[in-house]
Amino acid sequence: MSSSVIGAAVSRVDGKLKVTGAACYAVDHPIENLAYGVGVPSIIANGRITCIDSSEAEKMPGVITVLHHGNADPLFRPANAFEQNSRAGESRPPFEDDTVYYYGQFVALVVANTFEQAQEAAARVKVDYAESKPLVHVGDVPAPTGSPARHYMRGDADGTFKTAPVQVDVTYTTPAETHNPMEMHGTIAVWNGDKVTLYETTQGVVNHQHVMSEMVGVPLEDVHVISPFCGSGFGGKLFPWPHSMLAAMAARRVKRPVKVSVPRTMMFTTVGHRPFTQQRVHLGATQDGKLISLQHDVLTPSSIIDDYAENCTEPTPLLYSCPNVTAQQHLVHLNIGTPTPMRGPGTTPGLFALESAMDELAIKLNLDPLEVRIRNYAETDESTNKAFSSKHLREVYQKGADRFGWSKRNPKIGSMRDGNLILGWGMASCTWPAGRSAAEVRVRLNADGTARASSATQDIGTGTYTVFAQVVSEKTGIPVNKIDVVLGDSSLPPGPMSGGSTGNASVLPAIAKAAETVVDTLMEIAVKTENSPFHNADPKTLKMAAGRIHAQDQSPESGVPFGDLLKMRRLAGIDGQAKTAPDESSRKLSSHTFGAQFCEVTWDPGIARLRVSRWLTVMDAGRIINHKTARNQILGGVVMGIGMGLFEETIYDSRNGKPLNNNFADYIVSTNADIPELDCIFVEYPDLNLNEYGARGVGEIGLTGVASALTMAVYHATGIRVRNLPIRIEQLLV
Amino acid sequence: MQAFRYSQPKSIDNAVEANGRQNSKFIAGGTTLVDLMKLNVEKPTALVDVNGLPLDRIEPSSDGGLKIGALVRNSDLAWNSNVKQRYSVLSEALLAGASPQLRNMATTGGNLLQRTRCYYFRDTNYQCNKREPGSGCAAIDGFHRIHAVLGGSEHCIATHPSDMAVAMMALEATVHLRGAQGERSVALNDFYLVPGTTPEKENVLEPGELITYVTLPPLPQGTRSHYLKLRDRASYEFALASAAIVVQVSGGKIQHARVAMGGVGTKPWRSKEAEQALQGREANEHTFRAAAEAALKPAKPLRDNAFKVELAKRAIVRALQVTTQTA
Repeated sequence: MSSSVIGAAVSRVDGKLKVTGAACYAVDHPIENLAYGVGVPSIIANGRITCIDSSEAEKMPGVITVLHHGNADPLFRPANAFEQNSRAGESRPPFEDDTVYYYGQFVALVVANTFEQAQEAAARVKVDYAESKPLVHVGDVPAPTGSPARHYMRGDADGTFKTAPVQVDVTYTTPAETHNPMEMHGTIAVWNGDKVTLYETTQGVVNHQHVMSEMVGVPLEDVHVISPFCGSGFGGKLFPWPHSMLAAMAARRVKRPVKVSVPRTMMFTTVGHRPFTQQRVHLGATQDGKLISLQHDVLTPSSIIDDYAENCTEPTPLLYSCPNVTAQQHLVHLNIGTPTPMRGPGTTPGLFALESAMDELAIKLNLDPLEVRIRNYAETDESTNKAFSSKHLREVYQKGADRFGWSKRNPKIGSMRDGNLILGWGMASCTWPAGRSAAEVRVRLNADGTARASSATQDIGTGTYTVFAQVVSEKTGIPVNKIDVVLGDSSLPPGPMSGGSTGNASVLPAIAKAAETVVDTLMEIAVKTENSPFHNADPKTLKMAAGRIHAQDQSPESGVPFGDLLKMRRLAGIDGQAKTAPDESSRKLSSHTFGAQFCEVTWDPGIARLRVSRWLTVMDAGRIINHKTARNQILGGVVMGIGMGLFEETIYDSRNGKPLNNNFADYIVSTNADIPELDCIFVEYPDLNLNEYGARGVGEIGLTGVASALTMAVYHATGIRVRNLPIRIEQLLV
Repeated sequence: MQAFRYSQPKSIDNAVEANGRQNSKFIAGGTTLVDLMKLNVEKPTALVDVNGLPLDRIEPSSDGGLKIGALVRNSDLAWNSNVKQRYSVLSEALLAGASPQLRNMATTGGNLLQRTRCYYFRDTNYQCNKREPGSGCAAIDGFHRIHAVLGGSEHCIATHPSDMAVAMMALEATVHLRGAQGERSVALNDFYLVPGTTPEKENVLEPGELITYVTLPPLPQGTRSHYLKLRDRASYEFALASAAIVVQVSGGKIQHARVAMGGVGTKPWRSKEAEQALQGREANEHTFRAAAEAALKPAKPLRDNAFKVELAKRAIVRALQVTTQTA
């Protein structure tokens, strides 16, 4: 078992809890004497509150109080030092003053004995506003002229472009998107004296604890964050949002536990989103398809409150070899809520523009799009002049092309058919930075033959629980089903955020080291305990496998179950704890995950019906720790990418900033009927620069490249180049 | 949601009597009504639950057609063998609508009375003449990609969302009503009203009147039918444009044709103009396109929904092709 559990397609250890409904999500926690907070959202996007009349609401049955800026207890601003584990989604605490910055901002909170009472009373709170014209779309504000929010330059991209033999100059846009995890945001706040416990759904219990300490104004050790399960977050649950502070503040005021659950409509306004992007790409190339100039200019909106720049140019300087590159981002500020990272932030919309432009270049050059990519292959990371720690993108392209049958592609528009349907084939590259952060893990061996692994990180649906159990099993031979994994609790040894596809790479070394530490202790016990068969043996001659301590030169079956050794010494259990962090030497190399998407669409021109009919993803993601959960992440990313390409768009009303499609009927995402069978393979080259397992993260990269592969396939089928996502039926109806 | 009284009458007479009071509503599947009550768009003071009434059967009618109880669930109607064989357009329309869970709840009568998905109707902070007569229409100056191109007025451009009703239009269904004044029957085409100056009035139902049955006349021998729904995604979404076609071809000529459209009209839209353009003509591409042009001739598109005109034409042409092609 010990040799095969890493890499195996191990089923989720928490799977049964989830499919039976036994997994306890944030607002599911049964809490006695609970009161319910329901928010009153603003119905303007820009202005001031002139009057809040809560008299009618307060007389409603069961209402305890109505809180707003005029009567609430103070909350505080966060330090916003991300490196220190304290970043809030929105830096303005709720109810700070009478200003309204965006539609759907919390302007009051009704607290009542039941949810229904609170909701009914919330509808009776009368709020008067002095409204100003809101800035809703980037066209509502002048183009920014100041210095860019981000800027990268090498060589002379502008000068080279002007004389380039082949030129592409195109502008792309991607719409605002809303994360929309199934589990909505929610908080239950329970005070016990001066200490507060928060039942949350978060991608970072440690960050949440720090932010709440700062914003509620209590010492760090007095804040306890519990988030055992997360019904996904997609980035939207990385940082705390206003409802969390409101729950804490209200619970302290009414001296009762308070639950605040964010309704689906407010999921579109007050818990972040992926902002609109406008991206102009200039490519200059030689006649034989070698890039000589690359310029990527990005405009994205943030809120009035915060500077959030969607980092679209993240992949620009390094995906292709090119001597002259500029990449810059400008920000404008609008009356919408603060944007926040959404699965593959920056790179996902950024690659839509960059990879689409590469296809437009290939068409100008009359070259196969795959060939253009190979001619501009980056052997090193030219943005930092570092070697890549492990890059096998050329093999990815080749494997993908072979498996998909790419060589059979006839580039002529509309030339490929399946019966009456026209086929379109597209492909695109994928990339995502492979990062790793510090992590601390505790592993315990119990006398009853079970083990426990714990850390203040969390499983947001990606399989982290299972990976913990796999590593402990690998190191001890204890079967996965006898290993209890405890995550999502800020009182545990501090673990990493589940974000940026860094969780896996971060926790693996810490779990391994903690397991090794506790095994070392077990060896000591084995040689120092009188009735142990290994009494006075040299611990170096011992080994742990199949849950037993045994002599290295003999089989595991000859050894003693670890639980028996602990019992001999009357120990309930022993702990090993380890903290690991990336060492400086790893920074000498550039670590990135790479991949490629290949797809086929069918096009029925008579009724303008577009369907995705085939999909292949090939990933170069280091060593795969769990083929089942890793594949699941990639396929999920592709499903989300198809939604991004074809469906998703948060539509804001220009008049008042309201997201008009703020529900699952009107904000459409992929259904099963939209998704063909998805194929996914990995080329597995361990990236040992990142960690001893050679594993990189796979949470986000599956989404990158999908939209550009789709628009390329659509062009191949229809001759229509869609540069503004999503691909809508009216764009194809010509 | 506003508090309301609730009753479960056991007979049709009791139900009609119970719903005689002001601001009371019948509730069957509740898939639209409860949703709108939660949004404070519908604010009945009393709900009369009709689920216990004996209106849940599908039976042959005396004229050889079909009599469908108002409480027959959409799923049961869609999978009924009689409906599948003889009125396939209806089965297809039902299965193109909503999700299996919703279809298991939604009823025939309730589906006919579905309210619009207009964003502005569903949000009480917006002006809406349908919800609050005289307040104005936020859709006309707003984002109106999903709105109607046929049958609108300066007071309302909200679409009727039903697929089922579009198929029933093409099948020339009759709606049977029971009210305090007794029974009456109304052709489905006359049941629905265009908004005009009174968009709050969507049909001819009198206060307290209950839909009891829908009847479908028998179709001439050799008639074929089809429902084609075009939308942004492949499932679980309202139509951008749909076409229901009932047609009989003999000797290459169209003997009988009924054309109805969904997703484009303020009511389930039957096009007599298209039917006239088909009647007696050769069943070919040219005829189909001419019928489609005739159907959309009265269209008044706006900025965001202009594409629906061409999309609806294509739906009609394709549905005609499907129903007239020789096997």
